[in-house]
Amino acid sequence: MFTQTAHNVQNYKIEGRWRILFLVMTALLILPVLIILTLLIVRGGPAISWEFLTAFPIKGMTAGGVFPALLGTIYLVSLALVFSVPLGIAAAIYLSEYAPDNVMTRIINLAIINLAGVPSIVHALFGLGAFVIFMEFGTSILAASLTLAIMTLPVVIVATKESLQSVPQAFREACWSMGATRWQTIRRIVLPNAVSGILTGVILEVSRTAGETAPIMFTGAAFFLPFLPESVFDQTMALSLHLFVVATQVPNVPHDLPYGVALLLVAIVLLMNALSIGFRVRLRNKKKW
Amino acid sequence: MKETNQKASGAPPVLEINDLSIAYSGKTILRNATFDVQNNEIFGIIGPSGSGKTSFLKAVNRMDQLTPGMTTTGSIHFHGYDTATWRNLYSLRKRIGVVFPLPTGLPLSVYENVAFAPRISGVRQKVELDQIVEKCLRRAALWDEVKDRLTSLGSLLSGGQQQRLTIARALSQDPDLLMLDEFSIAVDPVTTMRIEDVLKQLKSEISIILVTNLVQQAERLADRTAFFLNGEVVEVGQTEDMFNGRAKDVRTTDYVEGRFG
Amino acid sequence: MNSKHSKDLARLDRRDLSWYMDRLVQAVMFVGGISAIIFIVGIFVFISKEGFSFLFDGFSFTEFFGSINWRPTSENNKTFGALALIVGTASITGMAMLIAIPFSLGAAIYIGEFATGKTRESLKVLVELLAAIPSVVWGFIGLTIMNGVIIQLFNVPVGLNVLNAGVILGLMAAPIMTTIAEDALKAVPDKYREAAEAMGATKWQVIRQVVLPAAKNGLVSAVLLGIGRGFGETMAVLMASGHSINIPGSVFDSVRALTATIAAELGETAVGSDHYGALFTLGIFLFLITFLINLTADLVVRGIKRS
Repeated sequence: MFTQTAHNVQNYKIEGRWRILFLVMTALLILPVLIILTLLIVRGGPAISWEFLTAFPIKGMTAGGVFPALLGTIYLVSLALVFSVPLGIAAAIYLSEYAPDNVMTRIINLAIINLAGVPSIVHALFGLGAFVIFMEFGTSILAASLTLAIMTLPVVIVATKESLQSVPQAFREACWSMGATRWQTIRRIVLPNAVSGILTGVILEVSRTAGETAPIMFTGAAFFLPFLPESVFDQTMALSLHLFVVATQVPNVPHDLPYGVALLLVAIVLLMNALSIGFRVRLRNKKKW
Repeated sequence: MKETNQKASGAPPVLEINDLSIAYSGKTILRNATFDVQNNEIFGIIGPSGSGKTSFLKAVNRMDQLTPGMTTTGSIHFHGYDTATWRNLYSLRKRIGVVFPLPTGLPLSVYENVAFAPRISGVRQKVELDQIVEKCLRRAALWDEVKDRLTSLGSLLSGGQQQRLTIARALSQDPDLLMLDEFSIAVDPVTTMRIEDVLKQLKSEISIILVTNLVQQAERLADRTAFFLNGEVVEVGQTEDMFNGRAKDVRTTDYVEGRFG
Repeated sequence: MNSKHSKDLARLDRRDLSWYMDRLVQAVMFVGGISAIIFIVGIFVFISKEGFSFLFDGFSFTEFFGSINWRPTSENNKTFGALALIVGTASITGMAMLIAIPFSLGAAIYIGEFATGKTRESLKVLVELLAAIPSVVWGFIGLTIMNGVIIQLFNVPVGLNVLNAGVILGLMAAPIMTTIAEDALKAVPDKYREAAEAMGATKWQVIRQVVLPAAKNGLVSAVLLGIGRGFGETMAVLMASGHSINIPGSVFDSVRALTATIAAELGETAVGSDHYGALFTLGIFLFLITFLINLTADLVVRGIKRS
């Protein structure tokens, strides 16, 4: 039977102390952020109104709304998705369904890890060198979107690969044994069962892309434009850069304006993330096997 | 070793295995197998696990091409054609139905599970598909149980039903050869009996390879039986002989009488 | 029946449309796969190309790594000493890791080993949400909220310094490190834990003597990736560090980071000038450093899989 020796009691006391320490550490990691979010809501909340969302900035960006920046972010994110989603899904399908276990595959995986790890400002330099200057797109929505697309490509690849690999191998083997080609198997069985997982990844990418600032600073986003962009070769304002500008570059900004911009940006990003997480949880609850 | 079960027509046997060896990443799983499988027979393969039975099935429908690290030497002739020189392996696999140990209903409706193979072979007509689906489900003794819920998910049927669905699916590709790999492992005894009856009827139309861990099942069903042990084909012979003390190798007798395995 | 099939087979063994389709799709997907390689090589090629003229002309190895004078716009005495910038980046990253390493490992252990059920799921979701807050928002928080807090708390004239940027960067990096570290803990098979518990070990003994040693490589790689992120972080560091060229004597000194320098100055340089080339050279340096860190992290993780 269990004997409660002094040694044992001592051990459980030690365990209890460590447990509390780790709990406190977890709390200290999360608490400041909750405080910050509260402050953003308290200080930025009053700034947000219908006019804030739909009007142009006026009086040297010290008043008015953020409409062109909001719209610009939507343009940039949408165009970035157009490039990165097909490419990312293709890469994930290759890695999950076709790639042999060889050196080439290892190099591809390493490249993806590094693509995610390269500093955002280096992506900005690349975008400037490759798209703005070499391909002569100029500082434009197109150049900025391409830069963002390459930067967030790993997000789509990783999420897609994961959801493809969650489809049981037995399904593939059953299809192959009926004489289905790999592509027929992917199209009819693997992809339909992975599509919600892929969507989760895409939403996550939207959230990442919307918040990026450095990669678009020199490739297509402008501090201020008095008009809306008319083509992908025009520059645009963007919400993330707008926050940087009103917080650091513009004198005499009323106190709550930058808080309002920050709140709006955080709200968009967190909403997208929550959507993606909620989607994932629902998915887990209604498996087809 | 040649058994004279061959039809008078002189058509080549469905499978001729010649000096076949299988290895995974250099490790040999099956060594120098030589035998053939005749038309319209049930060919049993018995042996303890790890003796190379499943790998043999994989080699027959050329899954080595889709399995990393798997290599084969020797030759397999299917209806007289060397499968190693086959240019479109998908068309080969269409001629060979496989039933795996664990029931695998695809996450499609019952109907679409069975219509899968005809569809990828280009059958588009609804009427024709309906006919194939009904015929195959009937042949797999599943029709009566699922005819009212053809649209429900195949992967959510019971284990026994899924296994019969898998057989219906294998039949839907109209194969010449049906290979079953320990089909009864996850199935209740009643369903096992029903499937066994189905196999006996199917024999008149197609050839069947029955890999089984139950020696009695081989005894009940197989015309001829092969005994695999540790990657070696110990012997191939008439099932009757093997189970009545007339096996050529003493290890076979030991195994079928349950002294090891 | 048999003769029918014998004739059939010769006809069947033909490469049909779906065979070619499969090959075509494989080729297309392969292009998607190697695009990652193309991009990573492309990044290196293009930033090198822009930095080239400077690297072969104005660049001096000893000045770049040995001088603290970054005066790219000086009229008559241009100097491109990146030492202060490197020290700035290193001090902020060091400060950040001082916070992020213990806290993220602690949180990972709590979430992975102690918390259960709903608590665990909620904490994981929270950590994931924290990781999503954009860097420019963190910078803004450093600039406004943290700045005031530091001035009041420590009674210093300026709150934009190593401490501020370090804390902000630490809070940014910690959620990601927590997630990776927790994955590493989760990768330790349960049978190890059960075996130790069966011998009467307490949970903490199991963690310290079994789980942590087994997850060591994964934890190291979590830390490495955190450091890599710290080196590469731009907007938050730009806004919270004070952005003045300085070898810091204390955590209350303002500094300037490599990334922030590029972000702040690139807009004002003429394409092809020495200054422009020098900024791209900083980019090459950053690329190589983060590449090395990521490569090491990957090799370390690969180490566990092999053993």
